[in-house]
Amino acid sequence: MREIKASSIFQAVAQLCQQANFELGEDVIAALKRAQQAEESPLGREVLSQLFKNARIAKQERLPLCQDCGTAVVFLEIGQDVHITGGDLYDAVAEGVRQGYTEGYLRNSIVSQPFSARVNTNDNTPPVIHTEIVPGDQLKITVMPKGGGAENMTRLAILKPGEGQKGIIDLVITTVDEAGGKPCPPLIVGLGIGGTAEAAMLLAKKALLRPVAKPNPDPETAELEAEILARINNLGIGPLGFGGRTTALAVHAEVMPTHIASLPVAINLQCHSARYKEAIL
Amino acid sequence: MKIMHITSPIESETIEELTAGAQVLISGIIYVARDAAHQRLIQALDKEEKLPFDPNGQTIYYMGPSPAKPGQAIGSAGPTTSSRMDIYTPRLIAAGIKAMIGKGNRSPAVKEAIKKYKAIYFAAIGGAGALLAKSIKQAEVIAYEDLGTEAILRLKVDNFPAIVANDIYGGDLFEQGKAKYQRSG
Repeated sequence: MREIKASSIFQAVAQLCQQANFELGEDVIAALKRAQQAEESPLGREVLSQLFKNARIAKQERLPLCQDCGTAVVFLEIGQDVHITGGDLYDAVAEGVRQGYTEGYLRNSIVSQPFSARVNTNDNTPPVIHTEIVPGDQLKITVMPKGGGAENMTRLAILKPGEGQKGIIDLVITTVDEAGGKPCPPLIVGLGIGGTAEAAMLLAKKALLRPVAKPNPDPETAELEAEILARINNLGIGPLGFGGRTTALAVHAEVMPTHIASLPVAINLQCHSARYKEAIL
Repeated sequence: MKIMHITSPIESETIEELTAGAQVLISGIIYVARDAAHQRLIQALDKEEKLPFDPNGQTIYYMGPSPAKPGQAIGSAGPTTSSRMDIYTPRLIAAGIKAMIGKGNRSPAVKEAIKKYKAIYFAAIGGAGALLAKSIKQAEVIAYEDLGTEAILRLKVDNFPAIVANDIYGGDLFEQGKAKYQRSG
C-alpha cells in the first residue's frame, strides 16, 4: 500500500489546470501545422497561422489560450494499492480547481441551478470527475478544460444493430455538418461506440485524450476513423467554418461490446484548442 | 487580400461597402454582451425600459473574457457562439444595433433582419482569445456587474481583426466558403 497525500493531489490539479489552459499540446500544434500545409483556402491558412500566434502568446505570457477555460473535467486513474491520506480525494480535486482557476486568472464558467437562476459559482467548481481503479500504486491525474461551444454540439444515438457502419458514418457526418463553424473547427471528433448510453459517452470523451491523429490500435476501428475523417473533410466547412479542406484534424473512436439489441454511438466534439495535461503521482 | 480599416460605431455607408469574406480591422467602441446579458436586454425591451447603453448604431461583441491580470486591460477575449443569441438578435437589430461580432453561422431570421435593417455580422477567430485581447485597449463594466464574466462591457478596440460573415446583400461567408471547398464523398 502506497500513501498519497490529499495535499499533493490538490497541488497537482491546480498546476494542471493552468498548464492546460496556457500551453497547447505539441501533438495539437503538429496536427495544425500538417493541416496548414494541406489547406487549400487562403483564409483557412491565415486562420491557422493566427492560431499558432495565439498559442505562442498564451504560453509566453501565461494567458488562457481561449477565454472559455472550460468545465474542469478531471480523470483519476487510481492504483488499487494507493491509500489517500490527509483529506477527501474529491475535495482535494475541487480545491485544486478552485486555486488553479483563481490564481491563474482563468475564467469561471460554471453556474449552479442550471435551469433557473444560473448563478456563477465564481471558482469554476464543481469539477466533473471520472474515477477509475487500475492495477498498481500510482495515481494518474488528467485535467481537461472542456469548452462549452464544442461540448454543446455533442450527440448520442442508439442505432439499430442493422444500421451498422453506415449508420455510424451518417450520424457523425450529419452532426459535424450541422455544427458547422460553431464548435471551433478544426475539430477532434471523439466517438464512443458500444456499451450503454452513459458508457458510450464516457468512451467518446476519453477518446479525446489520445494523442491527436494516433489511430486506434485495432485495424478495423482505425479504418473506420480514417473513412469518417475523409468524409468530414469533404464537407468543406474548414477552419472556423470559413470554408476549407480542414474541418477535422482527427477522428478518435473507442469501441466496447454492447447489448444484442443496441448500437450506441456517442459523439463528443473537441475544438482546435484541445487542452489537457496529465501528471502521475 | 486588401484589409479594410473601419470605425465602430459603423456608418451605414461603410456597411454598404462590406461583403461576406472581406477582412476588416475594427477600431473604436464596441459593447460586449453574451447569453445572460441578452436575456436582460430583452426583458428591459419587454418592459419598455431604457437599455444600459443607447443601442443606436452600436456594435455588440458576443464574448465573456477571462479575468484581467494586473496591468492588463482584459484577459483572453475571443468570440463565443453567436447562434445562442439568435433568438434575441432580430429585436436588438430593430432597436438600433448595427453590427455584431461572434463565431459561427446565424439563423434565417437574423440574416433577414441584417438585410432589412442594413446591419452586419462579423466573425472573429474563435479560440484565439489571447491574440484578440491584444487589440482591446480598454474595458469597463457598464451594466449587470452581478453577472461576472457575462456583464455588459464597453471596450475600446484598436485594429480588432474580423471577417464579414453576413452582409446586407444576403452574402454568407459560411455558406460560400463551404460551397467552394466541399467535395463529393
